[in-house]
Amino acid sequence: MTIIQVIASGLLLGAVYALFSSGLTLIWGMMNFINFAHGEFVLIGMYIAFLVVTYLNGGPLLFVGTAAVLLFGFGIVIYYGLIRHVMRGPILAQILSTFGLALLLRYLAFFIFKADFKTLPDTIFPGTVNIGGIFLGMPQLVAGGVALVITLGIHLLLKRTTIGSQLLAVSEDRQAAMLMGIRPDRMQAIAWGLSAASAGVAGALIATFYYISPTVGESLALTAFVVVAFGGFGSVPGALVAGLLIGVIQSLSAYLLGPIYKDIVVYAMFVALLWIRPTGLFGKAA
Amino acid sequence: MKNLVGVGVVTVAMAFSGGAIAQQNVKVGGLFPLSGNAASAGQQAKAAVELAVDIVNGKYPDVTGMPAVGLPGLKGGKIELTFADHQGNPSTGQSQALRLIQQEKVSALIGAYQSSVTFAGTQVAERYGTPWVVGDSVASNITGRGFKFTFRVTPIASDFAYNYMDFLNDVKKMGQPVKTVATVYENTDYGTSIAETLRKAIKEKGFDLIAEIPYAANTTDVSSQVLQLKDKKPDAVIFVSYTSDTILYMKTLKQLDYKPPIVIGDDSGFSDPAFIKNVGTISQGAVNRSAWDIGKPGSVTAKINELFKAKTGYDMDDTSGRNMQAMFVLADAINRAGSAKSDAIQAALQKTDLKPEQLMMGYKGVKFDETGQNTLAATYLIQLQGANYVAVWPEKSATAKMQIPFKGSE
Repeated sequence: MTIIQVIASGLLLGAVYALFSSGLTLIWGMMNFINFAHGEFVLIGMYIAFLVVTYLNGGPLLFVGTAAVLLFGFGIVIYYGLIRHVMRGPILAQILSTFGLALLLRYLAFFIFKADFKTLPDTIFPGTVNIGGIFLGMPQLVAGGVALVITLGIHLLLKRTTIGSQLLAVSEDRQAAMLMGIRPDRMQAIAWGLSAASAGVAGALIATFYYISPTVGESLALTAFVVVAFGGFGSVPGALVAGLLIGVIQSLSAYLLGPIYKDIVVYAMFVALLWIRPTGLFGKAA
Repeated sequence: MKNLVGVGVVTVAMAFSGGAIAQQNVKVGGLFPLSGNAASAGQQAKAAVELAVDIVNGKYPDVTGMPAVGLPGLKGGKIELTFADHQGNPSTGQSQALRLIQQEKVSALIGAYQSSVTFAGTQVAERYGTPWVVGDSVASNITGRGFKFTFRVTPIASDFAYNYMDFLNDVKKMGQPVKTVATVYENTDYGTSIAETLRKAIKEKGFDLIAEIPYAANTTDVSSQVLQLKDKKPDAVIFVSYTSDTILYMKTLKQLDYKPPIVIGDDSGFSDPAFIKNVGTISQGAVNRSAWDIGKPGSVTAKINELFKAKTGYDMDDTSGRNMQAMFVLADAINRAGSAKSDAIQAALQKTDLKPEQLMMGYKGVKFDETGQNTLAATYLIQLQGANYVAVWPEKSATAKMQIPFKGSE
């Protein structure tokens, strides 16, 4: 019985991982660019949720929507302001630029919001759903549901819409895309906006059951990288599957072996998978 | 000739006044986690130490009763503070300690909250002969190394373990069955030290240790730990956790609908004001340890609390209190040494003998043994009832009745 609860909790946890990883895999896959500030984008989403709830008494639609919109804009600003210039430089500059951005955002958060932990009130997604003895927290259920919707949404966007094919075209062959009349800068900016927006939504939802503090970005970002590499760079459905898988494996190993060992198991599997299949579960071959 | 006499008079005058200008400021370095996961506790500790120095420098003349107020031994000199942020990282703690000693030229150090950082930082201080006063790190190994420059004011892990067992025995006498105990602890020096002493004490006092669950403090999810507890159904759970993990535990306990009959939190996360602020309403009945009590209105502890609240917006808690007490102990030693020389301050610390009336914490006194540990440290147990902690044990210090079992969110 408890094993089923462990798996259920693991799936919910995994859905949350998938939620904040989908944005990262988009950028990584599309532009071969690693955004080390991704965790901090999630953090900004959390603080936006906090501010909207505290000062505007807003409900979930308001704070999630606000986070999505504000971070979409922020992603575009970051692209035009920083990324576009750095992409012309050496790889080291690219890595260090978003790493520096991460630190800047993190310590800005420390400066503006101080080190205090903040949480959203319990009443936003109240209660726990009890299905035959298995407890599923409402905030986690909502986050999991939204993760599925977002993953599906981004996937459909990429595969079924014009803009999606334009985005993919730019990532495949920038010159050819330009010849077809597609403006790569605009497409990449949109990709950044989308990535940041999904990170923002993730943050806003995670804030309903996690704590908010300037250092949260670090721990979440590490998990996001593992999920993305596991699922395959650029594969949004891959991020979903990988997230769920990692969540369940983490929970099971924590329960059966002990919480200390859960990370060892996950990272060992991660190394093994990359050894056998370097492009991840669903990644496109290099 | 007149000029020579004039120069001679001035020279002699200068020689005499040189002796009178003994007012020398003493620099003290404070090492705390000002960023990182424990930053909220670190910032509180910093504010507490600053307030202690303000009081001792004579800024608040109506706060009487604390030793060394006005610093008569320094003949007009004052204590100057300079802080460093170790971010919760032991090697950063070491490099910051080195910087404070060599570049800022501090005469003494105070800190550092996390036992792992204190353990590492005191090694540096010992090498350079700089006294380090520990206000709040409880891992036993800090004073077990034969160091001569480490002085710890707070009670330590083994003291607490036996206090908890005595508490559980008293609860048993009240009629609540207590046979099995589980410990859930973060896995750095702090958690493992307490867990070790708990293991010993639990066995010695006849209880049954049915689960020991170590975990990493910065974990993002604790459902598996809570599920393990739910499986084993212990009569009492003792948490040894920092702030962020404590918040996660309380939320997960509620979410997975599990209420251990007795919840004991070993200070740290449970004392951080962020705990009550964020999860207080779902942690009713949690038991904690503390040597701090605000005391009656008008008492010196109440006055200190008022000043602290005006400064930070929060009441004092056990962690900020213990750091403040350590700063008073250091100030008292500096006052008796009358100098900024580290050796003199170390010698003065070794001779410390403060009585309970001179303290703001509920210790029985301050007297250091050869390992640098205060042998008169003590603690009592407090319980979260409503929005505040109240003292519930031992009976003679209790200001409210104990509420068993753990209520959670009722």
